[in-house]
Amino acid sequence: MTMLSVENLNVWFGEGCDRVDAVIGATFAVEPGDSFGLVGESGSGKSTILRAVLGLVPDWSGKITVADKVLGKTREKSFYKTVQMVFQDPYASLHPRHSVDQVLGETLYLHGFRDIDTRVVKLLDDVGLGGKFRFRYPHQLSGGQRQRVAIARALAAEPEILLLDEPTSALDVSVQAEILNLLADLRTEHGLTYVMVSHDLSVVGHMCDRLAVMKDGEIVEVMNVDALRQSKAKHPYSQDLLRASV
Amino acid sequence: MTLLDVENLWVKFPSRHGAFDAVRGVSFTLGRERLGIVGESGSGKSMTGRAILRLIRPPGIVEADQISLEGRDLMKLSERDMREVRGQQISMVMQDPKFSLNPVMTIGDQIIEAYRLHNSTSKSKAYAKSIEMLEAVSIRGPERVMRAYPHEMSGGMGQRIMIAMMLIPNPQILIADEPTSALDVSVQRQVLSIMDKLVTDRGMGLIFISHDLNLVADFCDRVLIMYAGRIVEVCDADKLHEATHPYTRGLLNSLPRLDAPIDRLEVLKRDPAWSQTPSVSGRI
Amino acid sequence: MSDTQSLRAWLLTETPTSRRHAKLSAIYHAWLSFRTNTMAMLGLAILVLLVIIAIAAPILAPADPFAQELSNRLQPPGAENHILGTDSLGRDLLSRLIYGSRITLYIVGLVALIAPITGLLVGTVSGYAGGWADLILMRITDIFLAFPRLVLALAFVAALGAGIENAVLAISLTAWPPYARIARAETLTIRSSDYISAIRLQGAGPLRIITKHIWPLCISSLIVRVTLDMAGIILAAAGLGFLGLGAQPPSPEWGAMISEGRRFILDHWWVATVPGLAIFTVSLAFNLLGDGLRDVLDPKDGET
Repeated sequence: MTMLSVENLNVWFGEGCDRVDAVIGATFAVEPGDSFGLVGESGSGKSTILRAVLGLVPDWSGKITVADKVLGKTREKSFYKTVQMVFQDPYASLHPRHSVDQVLGETLYLHGFRDIDTRVVKLLDDVGLGGKFRFRYPHQLSGGQRQRVAIARALAAEPEILLLDEPTSALDVSVQAEILNLLADLRTEHGLTYVMVSHDLSVVGHMCDRLAVMKDGEIVEVMNVDALRQSKAKHPYSQDLLRASV
Repeated sequence: MTLLDVENLWVKFPSRHGAFDAVRGVSFTLGRERLGIVGESGSGKSMTGRAILRLIRPPGIVEADQISLEGRDLMKLSERDMREVRGQQISMVMQDPKFSLNPVMTIGDQIIEAYRLHNSTSKSKAYAKSIEMLEAVSIRGPERVMRAYPHEMSGGMGQRIMIAMMLIPNPQILIADEPTSALDVSVQRQVLSIMDKLVTDRGMGLIFISHDLNLVADFCDRVLIMYAGRIVEVCDADKLHEATHPYTRGLLNSLPRLDAPIDRLEVLKRDPAWSQTPSVSGRI
Repeated sequence: MSDTQSLRAWLLTETPTSRRHAKLSAIYHAWLSFRTNTMAMLGLAILVLLVIIAIAAPILAPADPFAQELSNRLQPPGAENHILGTDSLGRDLLSRLIYGSRITLYIVGLVALIAPITGLLVGTVSGYAGGWADLILMRITDIFLAFPRLVLALAFVAALGAGIENAVLAISLTAWPPYARIARAETLTIRSSDYISAIRLQGAGPLRIITKHIWPLCISSLIVRVTLDMAGIILAAAGLGFLGLGAQPPSPEWGAMISEGRRFILDHWWVATVPGLAIFTVSLAFNLLGDGLRDVLDPKDGET
């Protein structure tokens, strides 16, 4: 069973002469337990692919399959128990008036869990935050701590796939290392599948097994991380990107 | 020769919970070289840049033994005199051109305004100089750009326009605060090489503030590493990878590297002693 | 001493131990912030005084506000038994002022409840739903916004008869549209943020999102707006009272008092001026409070 399969995905915004094609003919597949990277510069469409999978874009065509189920226009509740997302900006992904406890509690409640207290404590432990963070508000947390809460929220549903949209690009270098280690640990512990979007090739090289390089909405190359490390990119754009990153 | 001499700079922000010291006793000199100031958020690097230009407003307090530009102490100048220094002798390029360019004026109007603030010339002479400046930053079709608005420009172009605008009065020192952080990787190189060329050609001093250690090591001559408002290490850029301070080493080692794959990234262990030891002097 | 110190430490802690603790801590921080604004504290003090006066009116008033003493009419301030003088029917002005504060608070309280809440409901639903709902609700808002307050009040009085409740209704009906606009604008901004996307990804429906996620963020700007509007509401009520459309005689409503005193303003200025000063003071107090609240509640979030 392929965990996530995207075939000939097109995403556009606007109509007629105002139409902007954000994603054009994207095709790739991710096996269970894999970590797949989507790399490209701003405007390449990589984040849009994640949003399309989540059902957050209105106009798209093509075929998206998650855990062998083809997705339609809307998403059912069971979908959100399989796929979750960690957003890029930890300063914008937590509700400013909700404490950590409320964020996690509400998420657990919406997914039908009733042993909320125990689960909140366990989630906070899993992401390396202790009980003393439980009742804090976002403005009382650092960027790294907020991102840990966002990861805990994503894990609350016990998903199989985590979509990560540039999870460390808004964080300091030293904090990035902690969060990347945490994500790697969680993936092993919970047997998760990752799809990670990043503009940073070294982060993708560290976290992922395979990756797709995107430019102007199209996937120009799909390759193995080993090929990336040995600078064996085939497409000229990928080669350019590699050269600029080193 | 020393262009800028900063000695014992402190920047304090009084608050309900006691004073917060953003910069604590920073000293360095700047010659006709490229000096990098590297640090994470909260290290005080941006505050240092702003303090030099006296852009920090009350309730912030700036104290220093001296901040001398070619022997002239900027701390002793009146606001009026300081306004002449800003732009004319020391210029600043900031991170995101979306926020540093006025969105309701055309680019041409802004560059001309910047020029005429410091030189009394006719509009047509200012226009000619502006076109010249835009060409110097490798912008093709400068006349079209002069008529355009900032939101019509891409990030890379916007930043090049900022550099053009900031260099038009021919300052002696350019302070660049994360000038390429908001840009794509491929555009970064381009903008940096333009800045490099201009700075070298004109014999300017450049202070390059960034969080990106490797970028600064590539681009600058000398590097100051800041942590918690203090300078913890000073070294030559090409010797950065032989740095000795545990914070610098920690930063270098915690970066993922394509050419050196590793299972777990090294996590920086912060030692409280680092923020307590007095600042290392960057003065030559 | 040490009890208050430990209470203060408990409230200022960085690690709250329960939901209630966290909420109280947040409120305490906001209070500390507010306290530094002297003018706002002055406004708050005046309003607290107003509430106390209204509650304790029977105790504080030296005389019956309705007791007429025609032999004592139009006495100047400083007359015996009448610190602020008497009106045209010999009634003690101070007592009428004190009892009038109850009416003022009643009007202000009702309008402050009805207008922002209606506005919040209309604005958030309109902003979140978009499409036809947004269009229709906003046009309805525009229609109510177009009504001049006094004309509407006149219409109500003509249809339902004069009285305070109808005055309140008239004022509320013209006061809610700006709140709807504010709420809608905030909703549009909030709607596209990541934390709303995140909760949608947990399967939350529109009702939960609007009530639990959007309303808490709109409420602070509405509160600020209400306090700043208070001055206008009091004056509107006073204006209606002045025209005889609000509180009816012998009710000691401040606007009606000014109206009665109009005839005597040249020789007996205090009859109109005293209630006028009261209105001025209370309006100013609300303005100062509103300013202070805005500094504390202003969602330039990052630091609440």
